Amino acid sequence: MATPDPRAAIARRHRVRPIEALPWLLAVAAFFLLPDYAYLGTQVMILILFALSLDLILGYAGIVTLGHAAFFGIGAYTVGLAAARLGWSEPISGLFAAAIVAGLVGFITGWFLLRYRGLTLLMLTLATAILLQETGNLRSDISGGYDGLPGLTFKPLFGVFDYDLYGHTYYLYVLSVLVVVFFFVRRIVYSPFGQALTGVRENVRRMHAIGSPVHRRLVTVYTIAAAIAGVAGALFTQTNAYVTLTVFDFDNSAKVMVMLILGGTGRLYGAFVGAAVYMVLEDYFSKLSPTFWQFGIGLVLVLAVLFTPRGVLGVFESIGKYFSEEKKS
Amino acid sequence: MSAALQVERLNRTFGALLVTRDVSLTLDRGARHALIGPNGAGKTTLVNLITGALKPNSGCVLLNGEDITKVNQAERARRGLARTFQINQLFRGLTVLENIGMCISERDGYANNLWRAVGTKRVILDEALDHLDSLRLVDDALKLVRELPYGRQRLVEIAIALAQKPRVLLLDEPAAGVPSSESHLILDVVAALDPNIAVLIIEHDMDVVFRFAKEITVLVQGAVLTQGTPDVIMNNEQVKAVYLGQEGHRGGRHG
Repeated sequence: MATPDPRAAIARRHRVRPIEALPWLLAVAAFFLLPDYAYLGTQVMILILFALSLDLILGYAGIVTLGHAAFFGIGAYTVGLAAARLGWSEPISGLFAAAIVAGLVGFITGWFLLRYRGLTLLMLTLATAILLQETGNLRSDISGGYDGLPGLTFKPLFGVFDYDLYGHTYYLYVLSVLVVVFFFVRRIVYSPFGQALTGVRENVRRMHAIGSPVHRRLVTVYTIAAAIAGVAGALFTQTNAYVTLTVFDFDNSAKVMVMLILGGTGRLYGAFVGAAVYMVLEDYFSKLSPTFWQFGIGLVLVLAVLFTPRGVLGVFESIGKYFSEEKKS
Repeated sequence: MSAALQVERLNRTFGALLVTRDVSLTLDRGARHALIGPNGAGKTTLVNLITGALKPNSGCVLLNGEDITKVNQAERARRGLARTFQINQLFRGLTVLENIGMCISERDGYANNLWRAVGTKRVILDEALDHLDSLRLVDDALKLVRELPYGRQRLVEIAIALAQKPRVLLLDEPAAGVPSSESHLILDVVAALDPNIAVLIIEHDMDVVFRFAKEITVLVQGAVLTQGTPDVIMNNEQVKAVYLGQEGHRGGRHG
């Protein structure tokens, strides 16, 4: 058998496969079939967005961070403060503002921090989130401190679609944002820039040796991921109509990483699977034991890392590969 | 015309240890230069100093007459300085074709593009396949690097360096770790390199060195013991004593 042109295989890789419609169909179906769960669904999608931004830097570029909540928090506070202090409560422009502010902070901190790797970077990112949180605490006259900014109101979407008691409007709003951002991220991942990020993750020494401006690549993707996390944070504030300093919590950074690892890093849809799995587990374990539910999450995480290091999606991929090889032989 | 690569009085210490002492070296355009010396002589350190992976304590490195001592590693690579590693440094989880394509897109600045999909730019894939073709790696194009036998991985290592279209190429023991039954495949590739590329090779196999190199530098304990043509080196009593004699005892190549 003649070998097929290897160029074609590479050129096909970025195309959207039919299976990729599945999560979106589920999201639309859930809207119609489970209208009572619209609020929960909205929060899941915000977490997916947040996890997706982490996947870009952790899964693709291999940047380990324990402070990703910093950008979620900045986005959340950008729209929160704008609404509470400046009377700027138009939601969509708020999203852009959150993306810009969070992206800017990502750019500045990334410029300094991304010279480091591993444990040092882990500690520095963690410290960044704590510093931001404590700054907010210090100026609680502006931020509202740990009481937060309650009772925020936002203008109707496009001046027409108002917030409804069941959260249906916001469900569709967040879903739309997720679609746009997802396909933006997907595009980046399959671009030559995205490939270079994978190169940095796979072998940074080689990247230096072939002349790649590694620091610039990392700062660029860190800025983008920060902006997306900022959008997720902004949506969190808008859909909950409040924000407190707990958005900067270490818990928030850790939770999103746990989700991503459960779902599978570096594979785009890992964020979807991970967020869904996490929410289901949280629901199940907290019914089982309202006080010790985190024990259950911890146990599942340990088992997942030991036995399925590539996450739930990794398991599916292995199964798929096994069957396609069976067919061939 | 200035030399392709010129190293002037490089010094480097690791703590109290002088690993590179006053090393000077010149590669003319198209040079075939071998760097030999016993283990621990500082050969790889010298390569790291030339490529900018390490900074020297003093001395300078000139590439095509330009002082690049203060220039970072990536920029040196973009100016035409390529290397291979003694131990493979590859993108093991990517296909062979992607390994080469990555190198080309970084070289041409195409990797700055966030929007267009990889693989829609035919010229890059075409060129990558050409490189693979010349090293007879085409059949492995879509295999993951980590699935290849070590000898073929060594070839990918060279293919990446060649895809940089270097003017100066530093080969750090290209056949290291490859069984001797297969090492000729790699050494054939080395022998057939473009005559316009200046090549510095670190190699332990004296047969290869004497066949390939037009000039040899002997490094001992971080310093240049002597430099000269293969004939001169072969008949140098000092070299025989410190290096070739030892080599005889060990009986051939080692990693």
